[in-house]
Amino acid sequence: MKPNTIAVVGAAETTDLGVIPGLSQIQLHADAALNAMQDAGLKATDIDGIATAGETPNTIAHYLGITPTWADGTSVGGCSFMLHVRHAAAAINEGLCNTVLITHGESGKSRVAVTPRPPFPGSLTGQFEAPFGVAGPPTQFTIPVLRYMKTYGITEEQIAMVSVVQREWAGRNPRATFKTPITVADVLSSRMIAYPFRILMCCLVTDGGGALILTSAERAQDFPRKPVYIVGTGESVESPLISQMADFTSSRAFRVSGKKAFDESCIKHGDVDHLMIYDAFAHLPLYGLEDLGFCKPGEAAGFIGSRATAPGGKLPLNTNGGGLSYMHSGMYGMYALQESVRQMRGIAAAQVEGAKISVCHGVGGMFAASGTIIFSNEKI
Amino acid sequence: MAEGKRPLPQPTPETQHFWDGARAGELRLQVCNDCRHTYFPPRPFCPKCSSRNVAVTRASGKAKLHSYVIHHRQAPGFDPPYAIAVVELAEGPRMMTNIVGCPQTPEALQLDMPLEVTFEKQNDEISLALFKPAT
Ligand SMILES: [Zn+2]
Repeated sequence: MKPNTIAVVGAAETTDLGVIPGLSQIQLHADAALNAMQDAGLKATDIDGIATAGETPNTIAHYLGITPTWADGTSVGGCSFMLHVRHAAAAINEGLCNTVLITHGESGKSRVAVTPRPPFPGSLTGQFEAPFGVAGPPTQFTIPVLRYMKTYGITEEQIAMVSVVQREWAGRNPRATFKTPITVADVLSSRMIAYPFRILMCCLVTDGGGALILTSAERAQDFPRKPVYIVGTGESVESPLISQMADFTSSRAFRVSGKKAFDESCIKHGDVDHLMIYDAFAHLPLYGLEDLGFCKPGEAAGFIGSRATAPGGKLPLNTNGGGLSYMHSGMYGMYALQESVRQMRGIAAAQVEGAKISVCHGVGGMFAASGTIIFSNEKI
Repeated sequence: MAEGKRPLPQPTPETQHFWDGARAGELRLQVCNDCRHTYFPPRPFCPKCSSRNVAVTRASGKAKLHSYVIHHRQAPGFDPPYAIAVVELAEGPRMMTNIVGCPQTPEALQLDMPLEVTFEKQNDEISLALFKPAT
């Protein structure tokens, strides 16, 4: 996309996060959407573009009372919303619509009226992975990590440190699910889920939602909030089968998506004030830091261990507490985007003083997809 | 003891040769006659050069342990803890499998250890390619 041409003018999460048995999946979308519309000073009749994942765009458009001239149902897992932002930017610039609403809602914990995801035995996953006892993300997303650890000599203690540092950020965020500080010893004595992953290296399972409203940078000046500009975007996909990920020590989707976003924006890594890397599991920030180019291969664990990404460090990472401590409804990407927007607006709970550029990097499936959005509160 | 039954694959027209091979005790891959790329999972064209000029080939059954997790929770047909592994075949492609004939522990499961295929019959149609430590 062309940098600085599109801005976020509305952003909000659901009123509550965590355990919300009183709202179904579709109403979590709607609750977040209504909050985002209020944030932007808009009604559904002001919106002419809709993008969503988990529910279909027709379902959400109808439920909210939107008549779109553009709809995007890209659904590639938790980073779908990064791809929606990118596609929406292109659509607005092409004149397909003017004001786009992107929604997410997921009853991940309470499971009220959720979209079923049956394993289809004739699919590639059904034939070539399901028979071997995989049981969702904790047994698929995690499979590459022993190869990564052996290649670079990374220890379980170093992986545990990712969870420890993110809990420090969560402690500064009143909306975080887990706020109590933890130690490496706490992580390594927590319940084993899928060796080498213990429960404190795995994301939460919660209920919630979020929504974004985008329009042209030109129109954005007329909205109540200070615009947050989109200055770079990237996306890619790799394989639905974790066993076929080309390199178990690095994600091709991460590398392609991240490079595209940096190339579009023309920013350098040293310009980045704030970083979000989707952390469904504790190894993902390590892959993200390396594949986005912030660290050399094998050096991300040492970087996190040096407290570079911790409060007070030079590269604040996952400042809401992340999927490990803040919340994770299943498709966490929307919450990473929300935290980037809050940081750019200057209203985050753990605000990074003077932050001007935020990189928000998402993953979908099990390293199957990726989306990267670079935000700024100034045109750059 | 394991409860329930492990999910079984439903072969498709494009993958039937692989499952027929497993039933006959053969590990079948495909090779491109144009660019010589050997690949998995099955499809009737080469994912490297898009040629439809491909052939089924019998793999040696030799592999190395590439990576794994040891799952500690219940799953239908499995008795936890059990390893879910990805092996790298001597011919190049990788595939997911279980490791049998060996304790399901980090000490016993060393990355790059040599393995060989063994087939476990599930029913008259389906046998699964599992791997055991090479003798
Ligand atoms: Zn070929």
